[in-house]
Amino acid sequence: MEFKDYYKLLDIDRTATADDIKSAYRKLARKYHPDVSKEPQAEARFKEIGEAYEVLQDPEKRAAYDQLGDRWRGGQEFTPPPEWGAGFEFTPGGASAAEATDYSDFFSTLFGNFSRHGASTRTHGEDHHAKIFIDLEDAFHGGTHTMTLRSPQVDAQGRVVLRERSLNVQIPKGIRESQHIRLAGQGAPGIKGTTPGDLYLEIRFHPHPLYRVQGRDLSLSLPIAPWEAILGATVKAPTPTGVVEVKIPPGSQSGRKLRLKGRGIPGEPAGDLYLGLEVVLPKADTEQAQQIYQTMARELAFNPREALGV
Amino acid sequence: MDREQDLLTGSVIGDEGVLSIEELARACGAEPQWIIELVAVGVLEPQGAEISLWRFRAADLTCARRVFRLQRDFDASLDAAAVMLDLLNQIEQLRARLKLAGLDVE
Repeated sequence: MEFKDYYKLLDIDRTATADDIKSAYRKLARKYHPDVSKEPQAEARFKEIGEAYEVLQDPEKRAAYDQLGDRWRGGQEFTPPPEWGAGFEFTPGGASAAEATDYSDFFSTLFGNFSRHGASTRTHGEDHHAKIFIDLEDAFHGGTHTMTLRSPQVDAQGRVVLRERSLNVQIPKGIRESQHIRLAGQGAPGIKGTTPGDLYLEIRFHPHPLYRVQGRDLSLSLPIAPWEAILGATVKAPTPTGVVEVKIPPGSQSGRKLRLKGRGIPGEPAGDLYLGLEVVLPKADTEQAQQIYQTMARELAFNPREALGV
Repeated sequence: MDREQDLLTGSVIGDEGVLSIEELARACGAEPQWIIELVAVGVLEPQGAEISLWRFRAADLTCARRVFRLQRDFDASLDAAAVMLDLLNQIEQLRARLKLAGLDVE
């Protein structure tokens, strides 16, 4: 496993005081908090600094970590010394921002024999949360989603270890972004025979090459020819459930929106599909096309800048 | 492992209130009393008249978890976290409009 240099992650010296650690953590937390940050990889960075803070703010864990010495570098291959942990007893933690499921293998191996704060007094195992990214098409037809989760489990020796498991989840037709699927009993195991927690999956869509999604409605930019816009026409348009024919009203301009009722995400009521018309000009790369444009320039008394007063 | 192969079917939390106060509190890793405070300051608007009948939607779950993280990670008061939440929601709405207009940079 990879060694984690917790001092470097918080950008502090090994001699830092408790106050230094707290203020370094606070500063980085503001910068990388996934709720407020637009930094790339904010969530991953935030978890790292949360883990670093979890260890360094706790005098027991920090003392144990410091025992490893300063010869390790972050990212270096690491195996804990055989006598690791002897003489240390870690108090149940949970002071920092990171959640137990987010901790690295390094953390779990070194500090795995701690339990979450207060967990033993609860009547349920903890609920877990995860985001899943699905295709927009799954919301139209329903589907299944296979995901891998890392979750803490208690092993035979009573230690908490991270275990990977895969779940196969049914995606119901009509699901929308920001909705959740709640899987009963798939969260943290209950302690001493209590009910296990639930797993909440927050739905996100992969970006779609054609459609933009807002709630249950979709929008699509539909290119049309100038004569289709001005004279009106019936043109083909893609929808997630197949190609449809759409009437373009005469006198349309770029930016006009046509609503196809009920062609959005299915449900009660179904969403709508908005077509944003976009007039595209044909190239004048032949003699004939040149002539047509020249005729228009000559014959049409058209000043597109009339409203500008010029 | 048998259950790893099974197809799991869950319940959808959407625009209809379905979560009770206990369920929402548990989903946030918090106490029901904290949920009552969130309702009192207007962060959450449950359906149902009495506390025992309150039902929360997906948006409530998202908001409550966010406020929980903001309070925990920044030692923010509930009022400060509520302001942060409003501002974050406004930013998100603006971003969504940019995206719809094809002006997002992501």
